[in-house]
This record gives sequence, structure tokens and C-alpha cells, in this order.
Amino acid sequence: MRSGIIAKKVGMTRLFMEDGKQIPVTVLQLDHLQVVAQRTADRDGYTAVQLGAGNAKAKRTSKAMRGHFSAAKVEPKRRIAEFRVSEDNLIGVGEEISAEHYIAGQRVDISGTSIGKGFAGAMKRHNFGGLRASHGVSISHRSHGSTGQCQDPGKVFKGKKMAGHMGAARVTTQNLEVVKTDATRGLVFIKGAVPGSKGGWVTVKDAVKKKLPDGVPFPAALKSAAAAAAEAPAEEAPAEGGEA
Amino acid sequence: MDLIAELEAEQVASLGKDIPDFKAGDTVRVGYKVTEGSRSRVQNYEGVCIARKNGDGIAGSFTVRKISFGEGVERVFPLYSTNIESIEVVRRGRVRRAKLYYLRSRRGKSARIAEDTHYKPKKA
Repeated sequence: MRSGIIAKKVGMTRLFMEDGKQIPVTVLQLDHLQVVAQRTADRDGYTAVQLGAGNAKAKRTSKAMRGHFSAAKVEPKRRIAEFRVSEDNLIGVGEEISAEHYIAGQRVDISGTSIGKGFAGAMKRHNFGGLRASHGVSISHRSHGSTGQCQDPGKVFKGKKMAGHMGAARVTTQNLEVVKTDATRGLVFIKGAVPGSKGGWVTVKDAVKKKLPDGVPFPAALKSAAAAAAEAPAEEAPAEGGEA
Repeated sequence: MDLIAELEAEQVASLGKDIPDFKAGDTVRVGYKVTEGSRSRVQNYEGVCIARKNGDGIAGSFTVRKISFGEGVERVFPLYSTNIESIEVVRRGRVRRAKLYYLRSRRGKSARIAEDTHYKPKKA
């Protein structure tokens, strides 16, 4: 099991493909995504990596969290999340993850906090049909109608769908497709919509219901590994005649 | 510029399309790539542009209306569609509104659009 990522939702746009298709995409940005801590089996009873993303002001970070970040020698982070990983996929503390963590065509599950809708009626919240527009209906066109039977059972059953607070809840959308990635700017393009508002934070994980494709980097696509790989061919490149 | 606008501007540049200056009321000829089986050819669709929508960025589109065999036909094209081979302005029309949906309820003489003889190209 690989680590997921924390990403910021930038917004939506469209991509025109060569074959004339256009794909609606959500742009997610990786913002200084680093490993802040590790959870190991012998110390914590499970293995996981704690990632942090974004930059927080040091003076707005609590003293306890400042200590936690300084122990990992990372800048204070805006957002922190833990991802369960298998033991061989643990990532070193302080490592920065790049957008190449995902490959085009891969399926992912994305969780975020949905946009709050406030107190919503039964029509909006549960797709009820409402009452008729005419035929004697007055004032209650968008009401939910009956909530049960009569003296028997003499109560409204628990869990009855009614009006109430809607949105601002944690929502996971499964099997979203990764269209492409941009490692230099740290962008991941996801086909379709992603829960939450622009500027909101989401967590991206490999899809649980789809097989992981070949070529996905293990344990993660790290910026340090990419820098090391970039340095190595740079020494060879002049010998080959500067292959573009 | 925010990141989304930046990405869209980049995509517009990379698509390298040359979109002529046209607006609602102009008659345009759109060369649209049609794929039949494995063969693909360019089909021309000529008619009056009755609406431009969502600006001239990557999300922009326009609606072209023509009368085909006595039946009104409307097609919506994305401005930057890779299926569009060419957009050609055939005639400049003089109209007083941005959306010419009123043409849908008109036929023949009353559906004519006067030619704009004073058209000046926008300075690039």
C-alpha cells in the first residue's frame, strides 16, 4: 500500500485532446508536500506516514506543533494527514513528494470537505419530488409530504429523510481518472469533479476498487530522487552529444 | 494571473489556432473534421453565427444557425476544438444585440441580416 497525497484544489478547466475530445479536469496542486513523521509498527502498532502540505506562518502555529515540525526539520505546514502504508513503502521524514507520484490513466479516490449548503429542504437534500404546483396545494410546494403512518406505529421512524443540514461533510469520490501530471509546477489533472471548493484541501489515494497500473513509483515519487536522477544523466549528456 | 488562467492561456498558445475576429450576426464557414470509420475529411458548415458564449478563451463556444432543406439547424462549436480545421468569415452582419435567438422564430425576409459595410478590424 502506497502513501497518498494532500493536494489543494485549484479549480476546473478543460483539456482539448488530439483526437478532438475535450476532457473536463480539476487541477490539484501539491504545495510543499513533505513527510512530517512516521508511524512504525513497534512504536505505534501500525505503519503510516504523516504528510504535511502548504506553508503556515510560524507565529500562527501552536508551540506544540512548532516542536513537531522542527523535530522533522520541515517548515510549519498548513495541513496534516496520515496515510497508512505497508512497511516497505515508508518514506523518510523530510522527503518532498512530487506530482509524478501518479501516472496518467491511473484511478484514484479523492476525499475532501464538500461545499456547505446550510439548512436544505428535502427536495434539495434527498431529491424528493415535492408537492404539486396546483390542484389545491398551498404554500407547501417544496415540502416533503407525509412522514409516516397513523396511530400504529404512532411515531416517525428513525432515519426518516427530512430537511436539515447539508454539505460541509467529508465526501470521497472513487475511481477518478488521472489525465496528466505536471511535476515542475506540482499539478495533477483529474478528470471530472472533486469534492470541495476552490482552495480547499483534498487527500488523493490510489483507488481501492481498481488495480494499480504498472510504472507507478514506489514507495513514492520523491523530489530528492528526481534531483539525483537529473544529476546523473546531466553528466552523461555532453558525452552523448547533448540529446534533447 | 491565477493558475487556471495561466494553464488556459498556455493551452490556447499550444493549440496554435488562428481564430478570426467574428461576432453574432456574421456569416461563418466552419471546416469541421468528420471521421467516418478510419477515413477523416473536412466538412464545411456555413451559417449565421447567432451567439458567442463564454468569452474568447479556452471555454469559448459559438452557435451557427442555418436553414437546411427548409429546417433550421443549429450547431454549437467550441472555439478551440481540435476538430475545427478552419473558421472563415464570409459576411459581416450589422446587428444590435449579442444573441440573435429571435432568428429562431423568423423565416425568410424577416430573418435577413443587413451587411455591415463599415467593418473595421480590431487592432491587434
